[in-house]
Amino acid sequence: MKLIDENGIRTDGRKVDELRPIKIEAGVLKNADGSAYVEVGKNKVLAAVYGPRECHPRHMQNPAKAIIQCRYNMISFSVSDRKRPGPDRRSVEISKLISEALDYVVFTENYPRTSIDVYIEVLQANAGTRCAGLTAAAVALADAGIPMRDIVPSVAAGKVNDTVVLDLNKEEDNYGQADLPIAMIPRTGEVLLMQMDGHLTKDEFDQALEMGVKACKEIYEVQKDALRRRYAVVNGESEEDSKEEPMEDSNVESKEEPMEDSKEEPMENSKEEPEMTEED
Amino acid sequence: MNNESFTRELVLPGDVLDAGTMKPGEGTYVDDGKIFAAMLGIKSVKSNFVNVIPLGGRYIPAPGDMIIGKVMDIGPSNWLIDIFSPYPAPLHVNEVPWRVEFGDTARYLGVGDTLLAKVLMVDETKRVQVTMKEQGLRKLQGGQIVEIAHSKVPRVIGKNGSMIQMIKTYTNCRIFIGQNGRIWMDGNMEDMDHAVQAIKMIDEGAQTLKLTERVKEFLESVYRKEE
Repeated sequence: MKLIDENGIRTDGRKVDELRPIKIEAGVLKNADGSAYVEVGKNKVLAAVYGPRECHPRHMQNPAKAIIQCRYNMISFSVSDRKRPGPDRRSVEISKLISEALDYVVFTENYPRTSIDVYIEVLQANAGTRCAGLTAAAVALADAGIPMRDIVPSVAAGKVNDTVVLDLNKEEDNYGQADLPIAMIPRTGEVLLMQMDGHLTKDEFDQALEMGVKACKEIYEVQKDALRRRYAVVNGESEEDSKEEPMEDSNVESKEEPMEDSKEEPMENSKEEPEMTEED
Repeated sequence: MNNESFTRELVLPGDVLDAGTMKPGEGTYVDDGKIFAAMLGIKSVKSNFVNVIPLGGRYIPAPGDMIIGKVMDIGPSNWLIDIFSPYPAPLHVNEVPWRVEFGDTARYLGVGDTLLAKVLMVDETKRVQVTMKEQGLRKLQGGQIVEIAHSKVPRVIGKNGSMIQMIKTYTNCRIFIGQNGRIWMDGNMEDMDHAVQAIKMIDEGAQTLKLTERVKEFLESVYRKEE
């Protein structure tokens, strides 16, 4: 099947090293601690993060750190041939991979004996869902305020018609010759996830990896942008003074008790007038 | 050199905060000689320490915090309190103001009861203990609870308690604010509704400057109508 024409243009009009259009929105689910919605081409993926919270099942809890329990699932209508609901072996495998990738970046030692639950639901699938899922999960984790080393982008490269291409769509994945999904930390170049289906020579592999790395950096920017947009409005107010200074005096209030002015600090002024005149 | 400067800059995990001069504070990590943000929050610099104040995240108990909790479970010599945090907190019979017989715990606090307590201590494995043995700590009867993000609590309190005082004055409700993001209030139905709305305004809308004035306007408009 001819997936690339003579000019190097693919079935959906893209060049060999072009990503599908990506859209990311953070904070889309109000109930979840953190959430993200990602569209990559025709893929539509929703990720929700709950945690850190008490670990269920109890026997899985780790006394030294939090565990990440990820559940990747494809909704029945996400593919044209109805997918039977429930985890299948592929979903279990993908869940495991994503958990492990995230476990590497999240500072799990900060929350012993808890679990960070990550749910990834694919609403519409068009190849590369595990990459889109991981991309969404990383944004959701950041949205949930969970400490992590960096935000993780993920993309798949591959080979069709003997040409190394980036970000395979459904036809390219089904009729292509190789598929190489990767996830990495752009700053350090550490690879958190890598799988391969098909055949690649060493050179082709290097090419594909290089393409993937470059694309990850682009996706990283989109992820960050989504988070910044979500919190841009909050940025207008100063909330810094809150964390360090305990406010016990003002917590317990009833009409009878007078306010004790124990630990009030001058910079609390910032609460009402965000225009700070502090110099640099 | 002033002790702090607010850059009010939103930082994301993995953002470089400083490359050399300052020391890493909370919410940061060091790699390769540079300080990076570990979580999504606001960058803040205090006496040469660079910190990230988280914008979200769960409440992590710290000793001395006043919190509002709910009884989840009862044991013969303690109660298990849900403090809206990843860790439930046991409340031992020795830490309550009443003299409780062994096994008689259900008589004083039942499942679902709300109480005002203080975090006694948190050990390295994040096991929390709470106490009710201090002044002002008690079981809370009636009323209702509003839950907000714990990072918004200082905003609800306001400078010197001004914001919360304003809400209490207008709505005539008794209000207790827990550091864990739970707020208990008691008053008549309508007043409580207004208070809840005002608090939700603060929780959701840290959008504009002059939040205090917007809340005040809202409260005034509501109460002026009723006169």
